[in-house]
Amino acid sequence: MALWTLFGLASGKATTSWPREAGKDGQDGVLGMPRYNPDACQEGCEECAAVCPTQAIEAREGALAVDYGRCIVCQLCTEVCPTGAMESSADWAFGVRDRTDLVWSDSGARNPVASHADRRPFRRSLHIRHVDAGSCNGCESELQALNNPYYNLHRLGIFFTPSPRFADLLLVTGPVTSAMYEPLKAAYDAMPEPRWVMAVGTCAVSGGIAGGNYACGHGLEGILPVDLYLPGCPPNPAAIMEALLMFLDRAPQRVKGGQIGG
Amino acid sequence: MIGAQIKRLTHEQLQEAAKMLQTSGGRMQFAYAWSPTGREPEVRYVTSNSKQADFEIWIVSDARELPSLAPTLPLLSWYEREMMDLQGVQFTGHPEPYPLILRPNDSTHINGSGDGSHPPSNGRPHLPDIDASDVQQLPFGPVRADVLESAEFTFFYVGEHIIHYQPRLFFKHRGMEMCFEGADPRRATVVAERVSAVGSLGHALAYCGAIEAAAGCEVPVRAKALRVLLAELERLYNHLHYLGHLCHTTTLKVGEAQGKLLEETAKQLNARLTGSRFLRNVLAPGGLRRDLDPGRWLGDALENLREEFVAYVNRLENSESHLDRLMTTGLLPEKIAFDQGATGPIERASGLDRDLRRDHPYALYADLPLTVPTLKDGDAYARERVRIAEVEAAFVLCQRILLLLESGPIHADCVPPPLSEGLGWAEGPRGSLFYAVHVGADGRLARVKIKSPSFSNWRAFPFTVHDTNMMDYAINEASFGLTMAGCDR
Ligand code: SF4
Repeated sequence: MALWTLFGLASGKATTSWPREAGKDGQDGVLGMPRYNPDACQEGCEECAAVCPTQAIEAREGALAVDYGRCIVCQLCTEVCPTGAMESSADWAFGVRDRTDLVWSDSGARNPVASHADRRPFRRSLHIRHVDAGSCNGCESELQALNNPYYNLHRLGIFFTPSPRFADLLLVTGPVTSAMYEPLKAAYDAMPEPRWVMAVGTCAVSGGIAGGNYACGHGLEGILPVDLYLPGCPPNPAAIMEALLMFLDRAPQRVKGGQIGG
Repeated sequence: MIGAQIKRLTHEQLQEAAKMLQTSGGRMQFAYAWSPTGREPEVRYVTSNSKQADFEIWIVSDARELPSLAPTLPLLSWYEREMMDLQGVQFTGHPEPYPLILRPNDSTHINGSGDGSHPPSNGRPHLPDIDASDVQQLPFGPVRADVLESAEFTFFYVGEHIIHYQPRLFFKHRGMEMCFEGADPRRATVVAERVSAVGSLGHALAYCGAIEAAAGCEVPVRAKALRVLLAELERLYNHLHYLGHLCHTTTLKVGEAQGKLLEETAKQLNARLTGSRFLRNVLAPGGLRRDLDPGRWLGDALENLREEFVAYVNRLENSESHLDRLMTTGLLPEKIAFDQGATGPIERASGLDRDLRRDHPYALYADLPLTVPTLKDGDAYARERVRIAEVEAAFVLCQRILLLLESGPIHADCVPPPLSEGLGWAEGPRGSLFYAVHVGADGRLARVKIKSPSFSNWRAFPFTVHDTNMMDYAINEASFGLTMAGCDR
């Protein structure tokens, strides 16, 4: 079809120069995790904990315990907070290797990040098998976006593969419904070693809104060993790309102790 | 009830009422059960007819066991099976009395069944016995190739020819309706937004509409206008995705890339306007959670997008290889579309002229120049053209709103009183969406029923697959633009 070929050529490149060039990640205006400023927090208020639908914020002995692994980015806490202690932000690059790094802690950076020698050969060729374990389809929509011309994930040497037998990384979305439990395990069992698991979206990290009811578990908790966590509702395509590059040691982990650049 | 008239029926009157509805050309929208505290379950049927803007709700109490209405109104089949599974209501004389959502031995009792200690039984669905050695059976899923939502399809086929097709859905059933129970009605929009992400705004709108009806509150004009803007932005990015994905199945590579690039542009506009690529976290009962500022930039950006879209559609309309694959593929006759309850662009491509925005206006739609495109052909090409026309109409609506938008309040107090109830609806990108809410004595949500468009369209889709061929299957499925999350809930 000459028509499309000519159009394609005339349109030129649509792909962003990010992450090579900073800034052009396509996420202008996207709200991320609420930022917790303990200094501004009023004693005995607890409004945010009361309103949080997933218990990402809990009031414990007068202090707040904030777990970004449970946050569905609904922004309710930022709206009820009278002092700005819970403040909306653009902090969406929340990929971490260690679950505890999603829990807010004032000591910030404390995990010296190990280098993963066994991942070396995969740095420029990673194959992913995705399994939807009961998502709301937001994560799928953003994962599909990775292959649109703007993000063009292939250029980074990262590919989705149809068969778990060719996959290095199992990327799971959703809270793991009881009906998807067995198919998920079967996909994992079919993967060759070495194999890794990534939890994408707050549902896969900890269960989200439906976690623990009659139909769902708490995401991958207690089901599969997880090597990479990315909460978000859903995480945007740039957040997914950054997390994958971080996993391959091609980008730094930005979040430590629940704080960006902490 | 605001927007609906109530009619109480006895068990005996039910079948007669169903027959009357059918002969008068009225429509059964959906049905659900709930248990008012301390009483036997009550079944509600939400119906409409073309002559009045209000819906009519039939209430049947003491509904432990009812006659099945599915033989008269086939689209009720799934609703009745769902009630048998989840609320324990029995329907006698049901033509397909098999579990729909739960596997045998599952229950809705909270047991944390996904934690690995209680693996589901995964019983086989009801499949026909085909005893012919040349008929092959192909099970596909629930984990399919590509990044797709989970569902399992079984094909019985000879060579290229599909004899019978059986989808098995509800792998993604998350018990979303139950997630509302006990929640503060003012805050639970965030739950509705997470039923189906690509329908977040429609779900939020229908949920808020139901709470507003229960509370009897009036939404300020600016909030109503912005709700229309957001709803049409949702239609835009969904339909652009649809076109890109349809090109994927007809292997029109550049067409796929361009469709998905336009979708990405639309999602980026969503984020710039609302902070969310899926238009989440903006609506609340009574209006909006915060004001939005579309300034001048949004109108300009939408006009650029429209120009690119028009050029894109021109190229699609001149791509014979693409059109050849769509024409006559996946025929859905008008009668089947009506009887099985197809909705949205699917029914409108099969000759049914219905749209909640026009027939039961909400937000500001009654004051806007709304066109409802319909076609008669019922094939994949008609479904594509209806969506294309809806994109064009969405651009017009958005620009009109931007022109009319005046400053003013964006939120009114909205607290539904204890023991109130309400019905809300929206015409989402995939069709009709309903929320029915019941508030408990404590002012918290006691029961929320969600009727999603994909639940309706999945019921109709298999009729277009039997007796067709394998090569067309993916194209046909893409031309329906279905979701699993909305259907399975
Ligand atoms: S933004 Fe996150 S922490 Fe705040 S209320 Fe919502 S889920 Fe809870």
